Amino acid sequence: MAEPLLQVRDLARYFDVSPPWLNRVLEGQKRLILKAVDGVNFTIPKGETFSIVGESGCGKSTVARLVVGLYRPTNGNITFEGHYLGAMTTRAQIAPIRRKLQMIFQDPYASLNPRWRVADIIAEPIRAFRLVEGRQAIIDRVGELLRQVKLTPADGVKYPHEFSGGQRQRISIARALASQPDFLVCDEPTSALDVSVQAQILNLMKDLQRQLGLTYLFISHNLAVVYHISDRVAVMYLGRLAEVAPTRTLFRRPRHPYTRMLLDTIPDLAMTGRQRQPVAGEVPSPINPPSGCAFHPRCPFANDRCKAERPEPKSVPDGGLVACHGVEEGRVPDAPIGLVRS
Amino acid sequence: MAVPANQPLLQVKGLRIEFPTRRGTLVAVNDISFHIDPGEVLGVVGESGAGKSLTGAAIIGLLEPPGRIAAGEIRFDGQRIDNLPYEQMRRIRGKQIGAVFQDPLTSLNPLYSIGRQLIETITTHLPISESEARKRAIELLTEVGIPSPERRIDQYPHQFSGGMRQRVVISLALCANPRLIIADEPTTALDVSIQAQIIALLKKLCREHGTAVMLVTHDMGVIAETADRVAVMYAGRIAEIGPAHQVIKHALHPYTAGLMGSIPMVGTDAARLVQIEGAMPRLTEIPPGCAFNPRCPKVFARCRAERPEPIAVGASSAACWLYADGGPRG
Repeated sequence: MAEPLLQVRDLARYFDVSPPWLNRVLEGQKRLILKAVDGVNFTIPKGETFSIVGESGCGKSTVARLVVGLYRPTNGNITFEGHYLGAMTTRAQIAPIRRKLQMIFQDPYASLNPRWRVADIIAEPIRAFRLVEGRQAIIDRVGELLRQVKLTPADGVKYPHEFSGGQRQRISIARALASQPDFLVCDEPTSALDVSVQAQILNLMKDLQRQLGLTYLFISHNLAVVYHISDRVAVMYLGRLAEVAPTRTLFRRPRHPYTRMLLDTIPDLAMTGRQRQPVAGEVPSPINPPSGCAFHPRCPFANDRCKAERPEPKSVPDGGLVACHGVEEGRVPDAPIGLVRS
Repeated sequence: MAVPANQPLLQVKGLRIEFPTRRGTLVAVNDISFHIDPGEVLGVVGESGAGKSLTGAAIIGLLEPPGRIAAGEIRFDGQRIDNLPYEQMRRIRGKQIGAVFQDPLTSLNPLYSIGRQLIETITTHLPISESEARKRAIELLTEVGIPSPERRIDQYPHQFSGGMRQRVVISLALCANPRLIIADEPTTALDVSIQAQIIALLKKLCREHGTAVMLVTHDMGVIAETADRVAVMYAGRIAEIGPAHQVIKHALHPYTAGLMGSIPMVGTDAARLVQIEGAMPRLTEIPPGCAFNPRCPKVFARCRAERPEPIAVGASSAACWLYADGGPRG
């Protein structure tokens, strides 16, 4: 493994979703804490694409926001290039890290200021970090960035509303690249786009990674997109990592019952006639998660231990981590599920 | 599977939907024709703005003004329904043609319990008493897989999760045993695991009741799992229509082929996805000739000059000049 660029240790973020103070006093309602992310560990080496996949409410976007510093962690720490982010308090300390760590958001209609010209949107990080001095130099740099994302320098004078969703996402990428980052956090960058446009953006992201040596943390709910773009994949369920494994291993031989269930939901586009088992049940509320392993009410292999004791991620032979008592004890079948030929 | 019948359940001929605006008339759907047989599932796919949802809305008579049907006809069971007066159409809608929309929260009334909404729909369309209607409502809820329906029937929409709400909407659509359901992106707002449940449910119910479905979606995966036939729409027209396995595995139209190639698939290791350059044209800027010609990898002179009509190729038909004069070329 190459040197780690980002290390996340025991990361947690809780939100206080209690009813207002008056209701608590008068109606005797209790404080409620939502554990959006709890005890998450992972390491991303330089040049890798690491994906987090899960259903809505599993905490994957919260992880993305914690990594770029839009939320402060309740617990745990994040280390970027050997710098411990939690220890940085002054702007002077954080600024150089911020420059190297940028984010692309899901909704390109909400993430671009509608009252700014595209050139100004892209030039903002250049000006903020004083990367290039002089008016003409900035204009040249913006033009270069626009070309890099397959737009033209002339597009800089337009406003965001003049562009389609896919083009706006290109502008978001150009803005993220403006500060010459090493690491991009991409929170569902293609889920608001049509499939043909999604293909354009995914191809562009792969090209840019090769050209600029970027490292990606990619958040998505779409398993096929994750399969296509990632080197390693983490599956999240109710704030915790259920399984982490290299992409091909995970899709060929999923270990955790939740991963197996998720993979079973992928529509059979090749029309091989593969029989799918629709999963029973829904994701429980993260405010009041089930005891022990959060997945036990939906898990066909659950026993008393799963209901009582929370499983910790343990290494498995082919390079993955799995948090499941059943896998550890050999109760869960360990057979390839035929999505990927070896 | 489709029951062979002499007469299709739904027949759409030359449908054209227009939106008059200050800057001229926009043609959102132009000259589309297709049919749905009894018990058949027709998938309608396309990217945003292709006109697929409008086509569905036109069939159930729910086009939002100023949108209007400017030409063509829609026949349901042989009878023209596109020019019916509002009251007559209201009796067909719900009774003969049900609808399931994308967002289950906006298709249910938040102020009424789901039981009241179900009973109201049942008594409107079927000649039965309120208590019988309640019994039928509970049966329907059981059928769509809602646990303890006797208790849940008196709850309000906000007390249900997204997947459960979509099940309620499906039970509402099934109330009067319609012969056709228009399902507009029924799984798009749901999580993947719930999506699979809803698709399986729709498939099962339609098979059991012999209901035909027009399934409007942008998700090819959903189509592959459910549809008997597929219509691929592009810029307001049908680019290709044919049996699902034919369209998905052996696409005729270059647009369909590009669309299929651009979908990432688990188990297919491609370094790059097939990329269709550019984007679908705006309604005001549809190019002359074939609407797809500026993006088409196989474009030739005729495509830029003349608009192709659907050409039958085997069981499918494609609106593409490649198939003119009896065979593929290029």
